[in-house]
Amino acid sequence: MMKPDMSALETHFGAPAGEDCGLLFDVDDSSMPAMEFPNCPNFDRFQAKTKDMVKNKRGTTTLAFIFDRGVIVAADSRASMGGYISSQTVRKIIEINPYMLGTMAGGAADCQFWHRNLGTKCRLHELANKRRISVTGASKLLANILYSYRGMGLSIGTMIAGWDEKGPGLYYVDSEGARLKGNRFSVGSGSLYAYGILDEGYRFKMSIEEAGELARRAIYHATFRDGASGGCVSVYHVGPDGWTKLSGDDVGELHFQYYPVQKTPVEQEMVDASPSTA
Amino acid sequence: MARYDRAITVFSPDGHLFQVEYALEAVRKGNAAVGVRGTDTVVLAVEKKSTPKLQDSRSVRKIARLDTHIALACAGLKADARVLINRARIECQSHRLTVEDPVTVEYITRYIAGLQQKYTQSGGVRPFGLSTLIVGFDPYTDKPALYQTDPSGTFSAWKANATGRNSNSMREFLEKNYKETSGKETVKLAIRALLEVVESGGKNIEIAVMTKEDGLRELEESEIDEYVAEIEAEKAAAEAAKKGGQKDA
Repeated sequence: MMKPDMSALETHFGAPAGEDCGLLFDVDDSSMPAMEFPNCPNFDRFQAKTKDMVKNKRGTTTLAFIFDRGVIVAADSRASMGGYISSQTVRKIIEINPYMLGTMAGGAADCQFWHRNLGTKCRLHELANKRRISVTGASKLLANILYSYRGMGLSIGTMIAGWDEKGPGLYYVDSEGARLKGNRFSVGSGSLYAYGILDEGYRFKMSIEEAGELARRAIYHATFRDGASGGCVSVYHVGPDGWTKLSGDDVGELHFQYYPVQKTPVEQEMVDASPSTA
Repeated sequence: MARYDRAITVFSPDGHLFQVEYALEAVRKGNAAVGVRGTDTVVLAVEKKSTPKLQDSRSVRKIARLDTHIALACAGLKADARVLINRARIECQSHRLTVEDPVTVEYITRYIAGLQQKYTQSGGVRPFGLSTLIVGFDPYTDKPALYQTDPSGTFSAWKANATGRNSNSMREFLEKNYKETSGKETVKLAIRALLEVVESGGKNIEIAVMTKEDGLRELEESEIDEYVAEIEAEKAAAEAAKKGGQKDA
């Protein structure tokens, strides 16, 4: 009885030490290129762990809301890779066309590319149909594209804000395929903090300055508490004639604007104590 | 020249696509169809050839609804029409799904014309043997619209047009007698154009009227008979006036 030839099943892969997937062997054969081979008891769990590691936790704060003068869109400008702040000057509000804005949360490359792609599609729609695309249509185009890539690792949590014939429009679209119409949204790791300020201070009838200040404050507070948000706060307004940038302020300076330094009683004592005693 | 009419994708030396021109011949043999655009109404009127006694006439509708605000009538091969209408209906719904808005008349006309053009530039297929008249209301501007496409895939907008059998005489009539009309006057103009080439009577004409408020409405035979009677009366009155004028002179 011949033994079947199992030589093809033998693996000779070296692996870097310390990975927590439970690699069982450690081969000295350095002629083979090192490759991480998940020969571990639970392959499915390994997949899930890797996906989790790669999934961006959407370290950012963006918000948008509709009020009677249009839509306000605001965002911070920090990009983080885990605990490393890779940039403090990221432009998270993307200008799709002169009357529509998109916000960026999740993978920066994904957001930038797909927003540019959406801008192209919107322009083609305008040229073919001799009329601007509605915010509804634009958000639906994006949502359908993202749905077709569902499960393939795109990470996008965006809000499409614009002004069309039906008035101001705001949609939340994400890479899971969700598309929600609404009046107030905040997306990102700092969104919880931003919602606190936004929900408390929101009224439908506001002036553009008041609305901009509310947005600025909400983002500032998110950057104060959330480590993955920071940099500058950009605030945009979308009105019937298109969008305009209202402000861009560094959060460090905003902090001292909102909370100017107070001389504490201890310091006062020190001042009084200095010349007279001794 | 016979060598250049076999394959659709071959030009003749003097620049003709013979298959497309032969398709236009098929259209010229089809039933007469007229479309008229008014200020608040669009009308499609189609010739109904006499139905055999045993045929259920309800199954032979000549005017098709593409969406709640768009209708289509055609002249030519009816089987080709069925295929084209199905594709157009799907496109209307697909557009509603992807941009959450109804199609404009121009969009769906462009789609149908594009489809007809595709079949003049592919291998192994023949062109659609029909010209269509597409009517509807623009969902944004509420303006009525009338478009025509033909087997070559060209399309254009019209105030009034005719296609099918004797379309030249109908078009001449329309050119002479067209004026801006609304409501019933638009219907009458369409019927009068069709009556130039069709036997008089309600059972030889199929008419659909589209308004912004009521959408598409097919007229009953009795209503058509009423219109025809009115038209005949007007014609008689005009004749009498002319004769009266002559007598005086």
